[in-house]
Amino acid sequence: MQLPILSILVFFPVLGILLLLFLDRKNHKVLKGATFVIAVLEFLFSLPLWFGFDSRTAAMQFVERYHWLPQYGISYYVGLDGFSLLLVLLTTFLTPLCVLATWEDIQTRVKEFMICLLFLMSGMIGVFVSLDLFLFYVFWEVMLIPMYLLIGVWGNPARRVYAAIKFFLYTMFGSLLMLVAILVLYFYHGKVTGTYTFDLLKMYGLNIPFHMQFWMFLAFGLAFAIKVPMFPFHTWLPDAHTEAPTVGSVILAAVLLKMGTYGFLRFNMPLFPQAAYYFVPLFSILALIGIIYGALVSMVQKDLKRLIAFSSVSHLGFVMLGLFTFNVQGVQGGLIQMINHGLSTGALFLIVGMIYERRHTRMIADFGGLSTPMPVYATIFMIVTLSSIGLPGLNGFVGEFLILLGTFKVNKLYATLGATGVIFAACYMLWMFQRVMFGEVTNEKNKNLKDLSAREIAIFVPLLLFIVWIGVYPSTFLNKTEATTANFCTLMAKAKETTVAFDTQHTAFTTQHSALKTQNSKGVAR
Amino acid sequence: MTIAIPTFNLSSIGPWLTLTVAAILILLLDALSPKGRKAYFPQLSLIALAVAALQTWWLWGQSGTDFARMVFLDNFAFYFYLIVILGTTLTVLISRHYLEEWGKNLGEYYALLLFATVGMMLMAASNHLIMLFLGLEIMSIAIYVLAGLFREDARSNEAALKYLVLGAFSSAFLLFGMAFLYGATGGNLFIGELAGKIKEALPLTKPLTLLGLALLLVGFGFKVASVPFHMWTPDVYEGAPTSITAFMSVGVKAAAFAAFARIMFAAFPAFVLEWHMLLWVLAVATMTIGNVVAIAQTNIKRMLAYSSIAHAGYLLVALVAANQLGAVSIIYYLLAYTLMNVGAFGVVILVGRKKDSYLNIYDYAGLGFQHPVLAAAMSVFMFALAGIPPTAGFVGKFYIFSAAVQAGYIWLAIIGVMNSLVSVFYYLRITVLMYMRPAEADLGPIAFTPGLVAALIITCAGTILVGVFPGWFYDLAVASVKIFPAL
Repeated sequence: MQLPILSILVFFPVLGILLLLFLDRKNHKVLKGATFVIAVLEFLFSLPLWFGFDSRTAAMQFVERYHWLPQYGISYYVGLDGFSLLLVLLTTFLTPLCVLATWEDIQTRVKEFMICLLFLMSGMIGVFVSLDLFLFYVFWEVMLIPMYLLIGVWGNPARRVYAAIKFFLYTMFGSLLMLVAILVLYFYHGKVTGTYTFDLLKMYGLNIPFHMQFWMFLAFGLAFAIKVPMFPFHTWLPDAHTEAPTVGSVILAAVLLKMGTYGFLRFNMPLFPQAAYYFVPLFSILALIGIIYGALVSMVQKDLKRLIAFSSVSHLGFVMLGLFTFNVQGVQGGLIQMINHGLSTGALFLIVGMIYERRHTRMIADFGGLSTPMPVYATIFMIVTLSSIGLPGLNGFVGEFLILLGTFKVNKLYATLGATGVIFAACYMLWMFQRVMFGEVTNEKNKNLKDLSAREIAIFVPLLLFIVWIGVYPSTFLNKTEATTANFCTLMAKAKETTVAFDTQHTAFTTQHSALKTQNSKGVAR
Repeated sequence: MTIAIPTFNLSSIGPWLTLTVAAILILLLDALSPKGRKAYFPQLSLIALAVAALQTWWLWGQSGTDFARMVFLDNFAFYFYLIVILGTTLTVLISRHYLEEWGKNLGEYYALLLFATVGMMLMAASNHLIMLFLGLEIMSIAIYVLAGLFREDARSNEAALKYLVLGAFSSAFLLFGMAFLYGATGGNLFIGELAGKIKEALPLTKPLTLLGLALLLVGFGFKVASVPFHMWTPDVYEGAPTSITAFMSVGVKAAAFAAFARIMFAAFPAFVLEWHMLLWVLAVATMTIGNVVAIAQTNIKRMLAYSSIAHAGYLLVALVAANQLGAVSIIYYLLAYTLMNVGAFGVVILVGRKKDSYLNIYDYAGLGFQHPVLAAAMSVFMFALAGIPPTAGFVGKFYIFSAAVQAGYIWLAIIGVMNSLVSVFYYLRITVLMYMRPAEADLGPIAFTPGLVAALIITCAGTILVGVFPGWFYDLAVASVKIFPAL
C-alpha cells in the first residue's frame, strides 16, 4: 500500500489550520514558528515526490482515487506528472520561505494571516494535482478566498479593497464561463460515450467537433488567460501585486500565475487540440504583445512593485509563447520558465518587500546608492536581477533560450519579436537597478539603512541555490518533465494530422451533433 | 341520502396533525397560563417539530394518495416536509431572544409559525388544486399576521398590510386560474389527473388552459418573489420581524416551489413549449434584477431580500430545464438555501440587536476582528450564497446550471453564471466590511443565546457538510423526483 502523498500534501495544511486555531493569538512568535514548522514539514512530505517520481513515463503517478459523488461521475482523483511535479514542489518550497519573510512584515492579525496562508497552500497544491474537472474547479475557486483576504486585509491600506475585489471578480468571471464549458464537455462526453464522468484523462480521448472545441477553448482559455495574465486581461495584476503584502505578491507571482499557464497545458490544449492549433496565431501574438508591452510599461514605472508586476506580464508572455509552439523545446522551455519566474520574481518581490520594511516606500526616486550601506543586499539583488533578465549561467537564460529555440522552429518572426523582449528586459531591469543601487546616496534617510539580517539571508540562500542550479545544470529538472512533454507533443502532432482530415469529417460531426440536439430537445418536449 | 365516507389513514397526515395539535395547545396554554410563564413555547414547538420530522421519516418511501385522492404520499412531498420543518426549527431557534428584546415573545407567534408550517406541507403534498389553495391560504394568513407582529412599529405594519393586500390579489389570480382550468378539464382539478384531462380536451380548450396556466404563473410568481411580481419583497422583508423574514425567505419559497414544480412537471408537460418560453424570460429577469438591485442596497435585510429574489431566479432556471436533474436541483438547492439563508439572518439578528438598531451593512465594519467566530460564520453564509465552493450553495448552483446545460439551455446557464458573478460583488462587500474596514463604532457585547448559537452551528456546519458530501442528499433528491415520469 502506497502512502497517499498527494492527499497528505493537500490536507496537511488544513490540519495545520486546526492546530493554529488553538494557539494564543497574542503570541506572534509561536504562531509564526508553528506555521513555519508546518510549512517545512509540508516541504519534507513533498520530497518523496521528487525522488519517487519515475521520469521515464508520461503516465500519472502517485494516483489516488476515491468516490466522491459517484452518481454524477465525480471522484476525488489526484495524480502527478511531469507538468505538475515541479509546480507542486515550487509551492511547497516557497511557502516556508514566505513564512520566514512574514517575520517582521506582518504584525497585525497574525493568526488569521497564517490561517489564510496555509489555506492558500492547500488550495494551490489541490489545483496542481486534481485530475477530476469538478475537483479542479473546486480547488480553483477555493483558492480565491484566502488570496482575496490576503490582499484585502493585509494589503496597502489606500487601495487594497479595490485591488482585492478586482482580483476576485476578474478571476471569477473567467472561471464561471469555464464552469459552463466544463458542464457542456461533461454532457457531451456522456452523450457520446454513455458514461457521465468528470475524469480528465477520459475526456482527453474525446473527439470533439470543431465548432464545440472553438467555444470551449475560448471559455477555458479566458479563465486561464486572465490568471496568466495574457495581454488584454492583465489589468488586475499590477493592482493586486502592488497592494498585496510582500508574501501575497510572492505567492501570487510565483504560484498563482502559473495556474493559468498550467491550465492551458493540462486542460485547454489536450482537450481541444484542433482548436488549440487554430488559435496559435492569436495566442502567440497576444503573448508577443504581452512580452513587449509588459517590458515597455515596466520601463516607465516609478513604483518598484508595479515594475516587477509588469515584468511578470512580459515573462509570462514568454511562457505562453513557448507553450503554443507544441514542440518539445518550446514546451520544456515554458515549463522551466514557469519555475524560473517563480524563483526570480518571487525573490524580487521579497527584495522589494525588505527595502519597504526599512523605508516604507517603494518609489524608485526615493532610493539611489543603496549598495553603499547595504552591500549584501546589493549582491543578492544583482544576482536576482540578472537571473530575471536571462543572463547565461543563471536560470532565466535556460527558459528563454529554449522558448525562443522552440518558437524559431515554428515561426521565425515570432522568435525574432520575442527576442526583443530579452533586450527590453535588460533595459528596464538594469536601469531600475542602476537608479536604486548605484551612484551617490542622495536621500539622507538611506544613509544608515541596515543590511540584511541572518534571517533574510537565509531566505535567499535556497532561492539563489536553485537560480544557479537551473542556470548551470538544467537537466536535473528538464529530465523530470521530458517524458510528459514528449508525450504531449506527440499527441498534439497527431491531433494536427487529424486536423487535415478534419474538414472532411466536419460535416459528419455536425450532423451527428445536430442529431444529438434534436434527440435532446425531444427529451425536453417529452 | 347516504354519504359514503372514504376510508383514510390518519397517519398519512401525521406531521400535519402533530403540528396543528401543538399549535392549538400553545394557544390554549398561552390563554390559561399566568403572565410571565411563557418561556416554554419555543421548546414545545421544537418538540412538535421533532415529532413531525420523525413521522415524516416513517412515511418516507410510501407512495400513492390518501383522503380520497386529495393528498399525495410521495417522497417529493416528504422531502419538502423535511425542508420546511428544518426551516421552521431554525426560525424557532433564532426567534426567542429577538422577540424578548421587543417584548413580543408571545404564544401566538409560535402557534402561527406552526400553522404556517402546516400550510406549507399541505402545499407540497396536495393532489387537488383547491387543497393547494387551502394550504397556500393557511400559510399566507399566518404570515400576514406574523409580518405585522410588532404592532407599534410602523414598518412592520406597512409590511403586513402590503403583504396582505398584494398577497390577496395574487391569491385571486391563482384562484381565477384554477377556475379556468376547472372549465378546461371538465371539472377535474386533481393535479395527478390534470395532464390526461387537458390532453383529452386539448383542441377545444387550449386557449382556456393557457389562460389558466398564465394566471397560475402569476400567483406562484408572486409567492416565490419572481420578477415582475417581486415589488412587495424588499419592503415586506425589511419591515417584518427579522426572524419572520428568514422564515418567509426559506419556508414560503420552498413550499411555493414545491407546488409550482409539481404542477408544472405533473400537469402541464403538454404545454412545455409555452411555459418554457415564459419561464425562461422570467428566470433571466428575476436573476438579473434581483442581483443588480441588490448591489445598491445598504440595509442588510433589503439586500438579502433582493438576493432572495435572485435565488428565486436560479430556481426558475432549474424549472425551465424541466429534466430530472432540474427537479433534483430544485430540491437540493432549497435545502442548501434554507441552511445558508437562515444562517445569514441569524447573524443579522445577533448583530442587529436592541430593536434592529444595527441593520446597515456598514454596521458590520470591523466585525471580523471584534467577533471573529461570528464573522467567520457570516463569511461562510455569504460565500455560500455567492456560490463559491466548498459550500452547499456552490453544489446547488452547479446542479442547477448542469440541468440547464443538459437541457440545451446553454445561454441560460451563461446568463446564470454571470449573474452569480454580479452577486459575488454584494456578498463579498459584507466580507470586505467585516475584515477590511475599521469599525466605525464599537459594536459592544453581543448576547450569544443558546438558541441562536445552536442555529448558527447547525446552519454553518450544514452549509459546509452538505457542500462537501453532497452524495447522500443527492440520492434522496433523486428518490424524490422519481414520481415525475414525464422528466
